[in-house]
Amino acid sequence: MNKSRFLSWLYGETDVMEDILELDETSDESREQLKREKRRLRRELLRSGRAKKVIGAETKGFYALYHVVAVVSCIMLIGVLLFAVANLPRYGEENPETTEMVARYVEKGVEETGADNIVAGMILDYRAFDTLGESHVLFTALICVTILLRLDRKNMRKTYEDYYAIRGERFHDISREAIMRNVAAVLVPCIFVFGIYVLLNGQNGPGGGFSGGAVMGAAMIIFSAAFGFDKADRVFSKRLGAWVTFAALSFYSAAKGYVFFTGANHLENHIPKGTPGAILSGGLILPLDIAVGMVVAFTMYGFYNLFMRGK
Amino acid sequence: MVANLLANYEEAFAIVLFGIGFTMLLFQRNLFKKLIGLNIMDTGTFLFLASMGYIRGRKAPIVVDGVTDPKAYINPVPAGLVLTGIVVSVSVTAIMLALTVRLYRRYHTLQLDEIYEMSKHLTEDR
Repeated sequence: MNKSRFLSWLYGETDVMEDILELDETSDESREQLKREKRRLRRELLRSGRAKKVIGAETKGFYALYHVVAVVSCIMLIGVLLFAVANLPRYGEENPETTEMVARYVEKGVEETGADNIVAGMILDYRAFDTLGESHVLFTALICVTILLRLDRKNMRKTYEDYYAIRGERFHDISREAIMRNVAAVLVPCIFVFGIYVLLNGQNGPGGGFSGGAVMGAAMIIFSAAFGFDKADRVFSKRLGAWVTFAALSFYSAAKGYVFFTGANHLENHIPKGTPGAILSGGLILPLDIAVGMVVAFTMYGFYNLFMRGK
Repeated sequence: MVANLLANYEEAFAIVLFGIGFTMLLFQRNLFKKLIGLNIMDTGTFLFLASMGYIRGRKAPIVVDGVTDPKAYINPVPAGLVLTGIVVSVSVTAIMLALTVRLYRRYHTLQLDEIYEMSKHLTEDR
């Protein structure tokens, strides 16, 4: 077995985190017993090689059947889908059935929404309810990851840094690297400006809330990785992220709810559409783009924080 | 049928990607590899949608110089659908990675059948 340490960990043969990252979920008296039992089971599984042998003869028939059924269903799925593809209209040619609705979007889109980018006009004006649901899906995912990975003194005995201390290994803190810090000092502002540019030009060209927000989130992640969590917390604290996300989502919901309530007439009395092509155009599209971008940026940064340190 | 598949080569390749992802979901015991399979399935779906909207010789649906002739642009609807799909795919990936981290913290393994076996023993003893 000449696998690297990472590969052998990935295949479940060694356990680098043995006894390090335990969750204390049970009460004190049963905890010790549970831990001993878990260790015994783990040893047993490791001694007998892969789990296939442990599961043994009683499930052998099940696995044979499972393999047969899985192979048949895979081949059938791919076959049926390829047959369907062979009967689709030719690739790269126009078929009038699907472009009937598009004609309306293209002909009236600029006039009705004020956005040169027809896709932006479509997703943030004609179909804005869909995009509202999308932002809430992202927000819900952030909440789920927070519930699953949030660490505090109650459910975490040791932190990642303690792992290095126990092993006697040097903790390689990437934020102490001079190259990383200097490169990030140059790059982070540029990435931020590019993200804002993409965000603000969503109605005139390629871009918009999702892509601009993702670029800004990447800039925040690089900042946090290069200068350490302490400095990053001072600029983008958890409280700030929560408030910005909340404000953006409630603004989006309120604006779109008002539009639906008043008969979907695009709030045209309050926000002028402007000339298509200018930054301040498109009526409600630009504020909605900014709201979506804020949600995406802080969600990406929140994912990074939760996976890196559980906060 | 083969000639039709060759004409629709981009959709056919998307279906092959989808099938690779589905096969990985069924045959891999490792949770990470299952997740990679799910992401490959997502990619196949996006490629399929994007190639369905493509019309040869036309431009991206961004109005330039006020040309609002539908014959000048490709279909913008699949672009919006792919956008929705990407966001949902990112969310699902994040949640599944978080669940994998929790399972690893409890059972110290990524193999699904080992986790199953250990969880059976642990609940019996309680």
